[in-house]
Amino acid sequence: MIGNGAIIAADVAPILEPSSAATGIFAWIWLLIALPLAGAIVLLTTGRWTNRFGHLIGVATVVIAAGLAIAMLIEMMGRSAEARSFEQTLYSWVFAGQFQVDVAFQLDQLSMVFVLLITIVGSLIHIYSIGYMAHDPDRRRFFGFLNLFVAAMLLLVLADNYLLLYVGWEGVGLASFLLIGFWQYKPSAAAAAKKAFVINRVGDVGLSLAIMLMFVTFGSVTFESVFSSAGGASDSTLTWIGLLLLLAAAGKSAQFPLQAWLLDAMEGPTPVSALIHAATMVTAGVYLIVRSNAIYDKTVFAATTVVVIGVITMIIGAVIGSAKDDIKKALAGSTMSQIGYMVLAAGLGPVGYVFAIFHLLTHGVFKANLFLSAGSVMHGMNNGVDMRRFGALRAVMMITFGAFMFGYLAIIGIPPFSGFYSKDKIILAAFEQNTIVGISAVLAAGITGFYMTRMFTMTFLGKARWDDDAHPHESPPVMTIPLIVLAIGSLGLGASLYYWGDIVEWLAPVTGYESRPIAIPTTVLEAITLVIVLIGVAIAVLMYGKSVPIEPPQKVSVLTIAARNNLYDDATNDIVAVRPTWYAARFLVWFDNRIVDGAVNASAAFVGGASGRLRRLQNGFTRSYALVMVIGVIVVFGVLALVGLS
Amino acid sequence: MTDVLTAPSIDYLALLPMIIVGVAAIVGVIVEAFIPRGARRGLQLTIAFAALVAAFVVLVSNAGIRVITGGLAIDGPSIFLQGLILVVSIVAAMLIAERSVDPAGDAFAPRVSSLPGSDEERELARRGFAQTEVWPLMLFAVLGMMIFTAANDLLIMFIALEIMSLPLYLMVGMARRRRLLSQEAALKYFVLGAFSSAFFIFGAALLYGYSASITLPGIAEALAANPGESGLVIAGFALVVVGLLFKIGAVPFHQWVPDVYQGAPSPITGFMAAAVKVAAFAALLRFLYVAFGGTRWDWAPALWVVAIATMLLGSIVALTQTDIKRMLAYSSIAQAGFILVGVIATNPEGVAAVMFYLAAYGFATLGAFGVISLVRERSGGEATHLSKWAGLGRRSPLLAGVLALFMLSFAGIPLTSGFIGKFTVFEAAIIGDATPLVIVGVVASIIAAFFYVRVIVLMYFTEPGEDSPVIAVPSAFTTLAISVAAAVTVALGVVPQPVLDLVERADVFLR
Repeated sequence: MIGNGAIIAADVAPILEPSSAATGIFAWIWLLIALPLAGAIVLLTTGRWTNRFGHLIGVATVVIAAGLAIAMLIEMMGRSAEARSFEQTLYSWVFAGQFQVDVAFQLDQLSMVFVLLITIVGSLIHIYSIGYMAHDPDRRRFFGFLNLFVAAMLLLVLADNYLLLYVGWEGVGLASFLLIGFWQYKPSAAAAAKKAFVINRVGDVGLSLAIMLMFVTFGSVTFESVFSSAGGASDSTLTWIGLLLLLAAAGKSAQFPLQAWLLDAMEGPTPVSALIHAATMVTAGVYLIVRSNAIYDKTVFAATTVVVIGVITMIIGAVIGSAKDDIKKALAGSTMSQIGYMVLAAGLGPVGYVFAIFHLLTHGVFKANLFLSAGSVMHGMNNGVDMRRFGALRAVMMITFGAFMFGYLAIIGIPPFSGFYSKDKIILAAFEQNTIVGISAVLAAGITGFYMTRMFTMTFLGKARWDDDAHPHESPPVMTIPLIVLAIGSLGLGASLYYWGDIVEWLAPVTGYESRPIAIPTTVLEAITLVIVLIGVAIAVLMYGKSVPIEPPQKVSVLTIAARNNLYDDATNDIVAVRPTWYAARFLVWFDNRIVDGAVNASAAFVGGASGRLRRLQNGFTRSYALVMVIGVIVVFGVLALVGLS
Repeated sequence: MTDVLTAPSIDYLALLPMIIVGVAAIVGVIVEAFIPRGARRGLQLTIAFAALVAAFVVLVSNAGIRVITGGLAIDGPSIFLQGLILVVSIVAAMLIAERSVDPAGDAFAPRVSSLPGSDEERELARRGFAQTEVWPLMLFAVLGMMIFTAANDLLIMFIALEIMSLPLYLMVGMARRRRLLSQEAALKYFVLGAFSSAFFIFGAALLYGYSASITLPGIAEALAANPGESGLVIAGFALVVVGLLFKIGAVPFHQWVPDVYQGAPSPITGFMAAAVKVAAFAALLRFLYVAFGGTRWDWAPALWVVAIATMLLGSIVALTQTDIKRMLAYSSIAQAGFILVGVIATNPEGVAAVMFYLAAYGFATLGAFGVISLVRERSGGEATHLSKWAGLGRRSPLLAGVLALFMLSFAGIPLTSGFIGKFTVFEAAIIGDATPLVIVGVVASIIAAFFYVRVIVLMYFTEPGEDSPVIAVPSAFTTLAISVAAAVTVALGVVPQPVLDLVERADVFLR
């Protein structure tokens, strides 16, 4: 329970309609995954001869999948709300006693929006990557990994049971690892990949334990049977499942306390940061929580924990983003913060699920837009990321500037840009539930206004502080066209989803929805939020509008120093986890070398000695071989006689 | 009144596979005598492969027959093991037929009678004489193995033993390279083989003296009828078993194995290691289970001693070998020990496990010798010294990978046939109350794993030496043989169930 606000049971419970069998175009659900998977296999196995055109295969598979997804959306929209869920069972995967799992897919309204986000934003980023990775000798491998990621992510959102979801979950983790470490010859990239992998393992253990607990409790791991029998389980069991799923979500979505890997993950190529570490994979945690709404609706403690984690991450992400001079790391902090909004909303229950997904979609588009714009800037600035050495880029890269501006206005929530609709709805929902959470959300919106304006000003406005060898130029069309498309999305997606697409009604059959009146009129609240955002913008303009020193100033507040050091998260991890593990490993190495190896080496020396002595019996003389045989006969005879063959 | 000699009634259909091989062998001899030199090779190859395949097809169509006819028992074990002998012989024949890997031709001396290194030999080699007598010899050996497998009385068993062994003595001495080593091995094998045959026939005579019967069921009846009379039985049993253990290569009757495996041409070594082992174990199983099945607790201790000594000595001495063929010879001794554990189980599971193990080992060992025949010195001979194999994995990853697969199978690593084989054998022994034997077996497996894995370490993690060997490019024969061996090794490790079902259905001896 948070403060004095009570979480009331949902008015509109999610309808657990049995899904209909997938027919018509929905019989091709498997193809959504198979296409990028085939692309990945072709690209990763064919070797050098696909180098010249491999990237086009990679783009084609995702674009075709996106077309198929759009066709499915149109078909789905033509049906009534109850008939929008489809099941497709490919084959029986695991059958061990009572444990039965199929490879089966479920396409409902929630999966549909994810499929669209993954394939459409994925297509744009694939196209952008043609230009961005044009000069990389390993471009084919890069597209292979990207395809692999898309396939795994689609598997994650299309699975109809937790075990298959887990496969996709690990698959995106693998792709993330491979892509963060894509430039593995850079020690920092290799270390970042390892860090992401290890921290994600912590979350993955949570997911695997949750799945085991579900099987023990419900005897099944399909969504349908877990959710329909969730009411029958004890409170403590549901709470444990909820907390374990939250642990999983925190790992994948870089939520407190498992957020440390996301900042380092920016070592990967920028399209990877855009696709995996901003738009799609890091939102998998939100998907997991929203998908498991039937569990969180019944466990107040776990749901409340979700809100707390979301609030903490929302604030610390924004604070870290405010102090970073590396444009990608500032954006990464922003991603943590924005996902914190989504997690917060997902923890609010039926009042928030819809808006968590709504914000996820708009964020997926405008954050991809911001990252790709940042990538375009880096492309023109010799891959520099230090914003203190940018400035005045507006004049030389107009398209990038325009696209970034649209993303900027969207993320800080200026109407009518898309972030305004989704973020305001989360703030409203937070106020409906609990005032403290609501105020935190507004405060974070103000900090967002600050750090985004800082980023925008330092990069595009002010005086040029370029390195001497920098010759900024606009990127080629293959990169700017995806930017333009995403910029249009940053502008219009929010309003069109809210008014025209009616996202609330669309998702309600899966997530449930309820709304409660609040003390402050919504218009006033929106106005207050906007004012606080503008205050944040104004502070940033005052601080960074005039001049930006090329070297980061050292006489700064304690908070800034802390934020530059990721709020001492790495130091905390070091004390809590890394050092104890290190010492345990040291001890085990000692034990292994001295005790285990000692025993092994002693027996090996004994056996080796025996071998050396025994081989002397093999002297090469036939006569002595015959003698040994005679001795053998005597031995056999003797043993037989002793035992007494009757 | 004179005794009328009545012709025995014989089920010729049941014996047809053996008749096919026997007739083909005789035709092969006629071909050697009458067909011009140039046409012989093609003809002999055709005859040999056609006979082996035809015999196998007839055998498969005969799979349901259960009959004792003409001193031979056609039952589940004999049909399965004869089929196995035919299949491994076909694969071995592919290795024997290879003549691309040695720049001088096939693996055999142009004419065996010529002195090694003599002018005559050089002249014959220059004129392109090719060895074709090996084909009828091989068919005779296969015939002997098939009869040995089915023999239901001691006399037939002895005759089969000789039909099998005499061609092998010759084939061992035919190597094109290192002829002296090859001939020394052949002579040793012959002398010791004759020695062991003498034990066998002497033991058979003593058993006849005891039971007044030469058939295995007859001996079993006599044992059941007069328990307690021991002297003749103990001596007869011991001598016959020693004759059989010699062919298996069990300790202490094993000392011919390293010398012969090293000296013989690699295709023949593979053939012996795979096929002879099957036949010898078939005869041993039949002798122990049919004739002495009722007195298990009396003979088991003696075989325990032999099995333990075989497993440990084979594994331990293999550690310090520096020649890969000798190493595999000791490995085959150790493997014989593991199979003996299944024999000692004395239950249907044991029979099934032994048959599975023989199949797993036979293919892996043929594949390993096939790979060995490809790694060559610059001078043309095989590079069998282990130091030559260092770094092979870098230059020839596929070949090294396949050999690594066979090594893992020998070591009994899961997902290879060797693991399932060891598992079933040990399982049967535990069911048959031979748990201590299993413990020794596991210890020996651990020791053995060292030298198998050492080959892999050598190939993949060691810098290549100065005079690295050349990798010969084989013709389709060896490629096919190695591929089949690798495929079977993986298939029996990943999806063993069909073959396990097969051996379980074929684990009952006719009495």
